[in-house]
Amino acid sequence: MKQQYLLSIYQPDGDPPPPEVLGPIMADLGALNEEMQASGAWVFAVGLHPPSTATVLRAQGGDVLMTDGPFAEGKEHIGGFTVVQAEDLDEALEWGRRLAAVLSPLSIEVRPIAT
Amino acid sequence: MIEEVFRAEYGRAVSVLTRLLGDIDLAEEAVQDAFTTAVRRWPVEGVPPAPAGWIITTARNRAIDRFRREAKGQEKHAQAALLEHEREAREVGDVADDRLRLIFTCCHPSLARQSQVALTLKLLGGLSTAEIARAFLVPETTMAQRIVRAKGKIRAARVPYRVPRDADLPARLEAVLAVVYLIFNEGWLDKADLADEAIRLGRVLAELMPDEPEVWGLLALMLLVASRREARLRDGGIVLLRDQDRALWNAELVREGQDLVRRCLRWNRPGPYQVQAAINAVHSDPPTDWRQVVALYDQLMAIAPSPVVALHRAVAIAETAGPRAALREVDALDLDRYHLFHAVRADLLHRLGEDPAAALRAALDRAEHPAERELLRERLRRLGLAAAHQQDHADDHHERDQEPHPDRHAT
Repeated sequence: MKQQYLLSIYQPDGDPPPPEVLGPIMADLGALNEEMQASGAWVFAVGLHPPSTATVLRAQGGDVLMTDGPFAEGKEHIGGFTVVQAEDLDEALEWGRRLAAVLSPLSIEVRPIAT
Repeated sequence: MIEEVFRAEYGRAVSVLTRLLGDIDLAEEAVQDAFTTAVRRWPVEGVPPAPAGWIITTARNRAIDRFRREAKGQEKHAQAALLEHEREAREVGDVADDRLRLIFTCCHPSLARQSQVALTLKLLGGLSTAEIARAFLVPETTMAQRIVRAKGKIRAARVPYRVPRDADLPARLEAVLAVVYLIFNEGWLDKADLADEAIRLGRVLAELMPDEPEVWGLLALMLLVASRREARLRDGGIVLLRDQDRALWNAELVREGQDLVRRCLRWNRPGPYQVQAAINAVHSDPPTDWRQVVALYDQLMAIAPSPVVALHRAVAIAETAGPRAALREVDALDLDRYHLFHAVRADLLHRLGEDPAAALRAALDRAEHPAERELLRERLRRLGLAAAHQQDHADDHHERDQEPHPDRHAT
């Protein structure tokens, strides 16, 4: 049975790069996604709206508190993620490496999914 | 006797059992069970003709028993059946491969260097968590946690248990050699057990990967440095190479190291460890041919340039071109945080008839190892300046987690 891994994309807060920069990156990303799908490794992939669109909920006493904005106000946030299935960590890291190369200089965190 | 077998065979047994059981913790448990049985039975029944095979067979039978006892679901039944099936199959045939697999798992690049070192010592060296903690001067609970976490990651993230593909081998081998050299460096001065363990691991690597010149280069480097161990310390302080009593050098280690260096030269596939071994081989054949040492450092700078290598090269330059030329090279280096940078400057200034006190104090402020600090204090004392040094911080020797210094031994 294959193991699933979450590949999280960390990106700096602020505006995305201009279209002339973003365009080729998204094209490369699309090509990588297709390759993942063709190889059977691809499970799921999404991009996210900016962290300013997030809402955080937390139960306290009998209430649920609601806050505007992302959970952690940092310099970086998760901009999207891909879930792949692989035989082992080396295989997952290889996809992560490809993703990091396409999205350079963003960091990719590879983490096994507990099942 | 059992202790000897334990040291020599623990890693072998754990690696075979890891393949059979697919889990490092279960493998360790089974092997420890087997040694417990050995402690009980060998004194009565005598040591079996093939102790290593006995341990592996006993460990596997123990694991099967345990699976049967604990079997609740089908999965464990299946595992027990699998083991039964393998019972008569290859026993010790693939052992070499198994140990190699385990080494590459322990030194997987997804694990922090500290964890790689701890796992290698634990699983292949058979050292206890307490022993490893003592060697690296961290509390036992910290070390235990580090090892548990690393094993947890190996299991959950499925760090593979295999020898890397040829394409990945050079990079992966580099990590393995770095781990062994780090263990050696941690022990070279005053923890002989650790240095011996590193050499033992180096021999295992050479046996398992006889076609990798860098593996032999590392082994030669460690042997040559270890050959001067007895001469290296006097009254708690370091003795520099030029002041060492050569009668205290271990001639056998020198000979073996030099033989290996010659073998590496014939390969003509140089790498950083081989060149460092060659430099130490030159030093082991006094009086040192400094021109050759400079040429070797030039080669090292071409393969693996770093400011630390440049510093050592400058030390050799002082012998061939004089202290003034060497000082020019040293002053161009950005190594303010490194104690040896200041120690070398002090030495060169002294030879030029200038005041080395400030440089010696800077070195003392940055040196951590008690023996290195003692050498610097002694040099300050000789200048009659020891009393002037007020800010001498305590002799704490923190765990060093940086990469091993290329060649901290040659000078």
